[in-house]
Amino acid sequence: MNAPARIEVKPKDYASDQEVRWCPGCGDYAILKAIQKVMPTLGVPRERTVFVSGIGCSSRFPYYMNTYGFHTIHGRAPAIATGVKLANPELDVWVITGDGDGLSIGGNHMLHVLRRNVDLQVLLFNNEIYGLTKGQYSPTSQIGSGSPSTPEGSVDNPLAPCTFALGAGARFVARSIDTSVNHLGEVVSRAHAHKGASFVEIFQNCNVYNDQVFAYFTERNVAADRQVVVCHGEPLRFGAEGEKGLRFNLERFALEVIEPGKNGATDADVLVHDERNQGLAALLAAMKGPDLPVAIGVLYCAPGPEYVSGLYAQREQVQATRAAPDLDAVLRGGHTWTV
Amino acid sequence: MAAVKAQAAGRPEAHGVVIRFAGDSGDGMQLTGGQFTEATAMHGNDLATFPDFPAEIRAPTGTTFGVSAFQINFASYEVSTAGDELDVLVAMNPAALKTNLNDLRSNGLLILDSGAFTGRNLKKAGYGASPIEDGSLSGYQCLEIDVHKHVLDAVAAFDLGHKNALRCKNMWVLGLLMWLYGRDRAPTIEGLEEKFASRATIRDANIAALNAGHAFGETAELPPAFPAVEVPPASTAPGLYRNVTGTEAMAWGIAAAGQLSGLKTVFASYPITPASALLHALAGMKQFDVVTFQAEDEIAAAGAALGASYAGSLGVTSSAGPGISLKAETISLACSVELPLLIVNTQRGGPSTGLPTKTEQSDLYQAVFGRHADTPLVVLAPCTPSDCFDAAIEAARIATRYMTPVMVLSDGYLANAAEPWQIPSIADYDGFKVTFHAERDGFHPSLRDEETLARVWVKPGTDGLEHRIGGIEKSYDTGDISYEPANHQRMTDVRAEKIERVRQVIPPLDVALGEKQGCLAVLGWGSTFGAIHQAVKRARDDGQSVSHIHLRHLWPLPGNLGELLRGFEHVLIPEMNKGQLLRLIRSEYLIDAKGLNKVAGQPFKIVEIECGIRDALANARGDNE
Repeated sequence: MNAPARIEVKPKDYASDQEVRWCPGCGDYAILKAIQKVMPTLGVPRERTVFVSGIGCSSRFPYYMNTYGFHTIHGRAPAIATGVKLANPELDVWVITGDGDGLSIGGNHMLHVLRRNVDLQVLLFNNEIYGLTKGQYSPTSQIGSGSPSTPEGSVDNPLAPCTFALGAGARFVARSIDTSVNHLGEVVSRAHAHKGASFVEIFQNCNVYNDQVFAYFTERNVAADRQVVVCHGEPLRFGAEGEKGLRFNLERFALEVIEPGKNGATDADVLVHDERNQGLAALLAAMKGPDLPVAIGVLYCAPGPEYVSGLYAQREQVQATRAAPDLDAVLRGGHTWTV
Repeated sequence: MAAVKAQAAGRPEAHGVVIRFAGDSGDGMQLTGGQFTEATAMHGNDLATFPDFPAEIRAPTGTTFGVSAFQINFASYEVSTAGDELDVLVAMNPAALKTNLNDLRSNGLLILDSGAFTGRNLKKAGYGASPIEDGSLSGYQCLEIDVHKHVLDAVAAFDLGHKNALRCKNMWVLGLLMWLYGRDRAPTIEGLEEKFASRATIRDANIAALNAGHAFGETAELPPAFPAVEVPPASTAPGLYRNVTGTEAMAWGIAAAGQLSGLKTVFASYPITPASALLHALAGMKQFDVVTFQAEDEIAAAGAALGASYAGSLGVTSSAGPGISLKAETISLACSVELPLLIVNTQRGGPSTGLPTKTEQSDLYQAVFGRHADTPLVVLAPCTPSDCFDAAIEAARIATRYMTPVMVLSDGYLANAAEPWQIPSIADYDGFKVTFHAERDGFHPSLRDEETLARVWVKPGTDGLEHRIGGIEKSYDTGDISYEPANHQRMTDVRAEKIERVRQVIPPLDVALGEKQGCLAVLGWGSTFGAIHQAVKRARDDGQSVSHIHLRHLWPLPGNLGELLRGFEHVLIPEMNKGQLLRLIRSEYLIDAKGLNKVAGQPFKIVEIECGIRDALANARGDNE
């Protein structure tokens, strides 16, 4: 690793000279601002930073970052980003994607980049809708979503991105919200620190085609009761006064909401978050209203073997056992004869 | 090793022989053929081979669709195809006889393992009566040997058990053929010692079977129809030689391209027949700066290769026709963002799954035209197995010089076939070291080289040149997103003009054989070189005004091709498709060329092209009357 050359940069140094072209009021603005704010704190020089995206509103993101950036093909950013890492593992690679890009047309690549555990950060902007193609329902849209392609409402089950990521073998799975600038910054910072593929689902409001779809847990007046902000080693408590908690009900093999001090529940019943516990992460990822709060924060973080470094380590091992690369010698290997 | 040295003295001479080994997929025919090829190359003959095997990995034994064959043509003269008719057919069972007998010349030598001609095997092959007994083989010199019995005797000492003992059949037959043609067994024995280094019993049994087959030839007093013959060495240019398959040559060419360009190579691929062998070959070369990646699908393989090129490596992806279709969108992105990308297409019989283990040239349209929008790129085709080495190097040279995808059209025949190769030295090749753009003054990502029109290549990590590229149209002047109508016209034009300028590095095309003008030009591309060359040679020996022209550069076409073709009254285009180059030539040059088309999953025979030439010349005479 080279020593960082320039880390005196400020958030505005990460803004490119391009005019931002998202719709006024789009949640993407807040995400862009949060990322530009966190970047200078990560200790990576701008020139070693690469943003790779697919297609969709979120995938315009790289154009607005004053780093290296590659706006590619619908769904293929994880594959292209993998190639970038294979070529140069020293680069700090970010994949920017959306629910359609990353989980529909690019679902296969998402699965494999997480399974391989390539050292990069995936930021998936989930707005439960196709924005850039003008409002069709997406694989994360709730059943009954009315859209130009489903005028009577969608009838297919939505995908839960974090559940998918855990199932694919992701070793870092986290969630945040577009407008929670500080929380988003913390989560993104954690994702960056994680060696391996980090998957961050960001609830992002599309105020044109799917406005307020997350309001039921993000609105200020309900957030305390409908979100649980998870923190490693801390009890899973929520509510305006932290009066509620999550307990594991062994009979139902499920999480449930309790209020310590009521109905025989005690503080000791409240689960303590352990981000290394994949089973707990799966339960947290699956929680949704109305009976359970939505979990925000680092649901799972359990570093494991990373693909590109493993691949290079294996190359070095092999190289140690072989003669120096000599193509002329290879061509002359095996049976030869002289005329 | 004196005991196993070839014994040439006193044998009658033959000048060229075509042998085909045919048996069950599990009979080891490819190994047998490969070993015979090795020994033949060492003997100094010129040769060409044609491995032909089924798509099924272990087809049910004894069935006709499970027959695997290996053909070799070797001679004391220049050989350029695996041969038309067989002089010798080795049939290890009735199914192999049934599927291959048609190719044996009349009075040719037929060697049968009579031990395999059981009622059950005959039935599986669809024979009512045994062809050995019903007189249907009377047109051939038939030698029936109970190889089963001989092998079991030869390896009895090793206690292998019946089934494993019989697996040595192929070595026994190889030993016999080596005796017949005076081949040296030493390289085969060395090969067996290496292959079975950790299994001494299997090694010794195979060597014993090989020697027993050889001894059988020496002692069995074969009928006069089976003389042991000597095929003297061919007179070839002095130098150091080896055998090489197209796959090996392509793999080494890719590694050489990395060295000559000074770039790390990232080779990303997804398993597909017959292209997978290239991934295997490069995965075994980890001492070189070639990183191999088995992607989750064809699209990801192309994407990873392009991502690697973006990051400053030489990105290479590889597949066969169906996989190339999946990569098409990524190749268009490479055209749009103007990054180098090598795409190796080992064509196979299509469409769809088609004939995965058989050969065809039917992806020319796909290579030249098969993408959305105006996305011209460079298409090259090697013409022999060893030529794959040079083609890979040239493809990388053009891709990095012009910042463009380059597709190399190999095929199943080239990939698997072997030929002797005068081994080059890497030092003989001009390097093409890539220098990445690092100048900050006046930089923008659409900057171009004035001569080549190549876009600048900046390696991410370069301080001060942070920039964005992408699939949205880019301003010619700044590289920023631009939806300006005039700019899109200009960018589309400049991307096309850049590919036109690749002609600057394509040498003028010359005839491969014959005069530069005359009655008939036979124009070919890719792996049909050998068959066309021999057919033209024969027609010329017959006094006909025929020349052979062969294309390596399929897009852009060589600058002088139109002029060259206009030197001939008629143009005949043989290709293993329904006329793809034909249409390209007709549309580019408005020349009334005629096609000679074969899509049987098999390479052209020389005689098929000879007939095509004869017909074309007859028609030409008709035209003139």
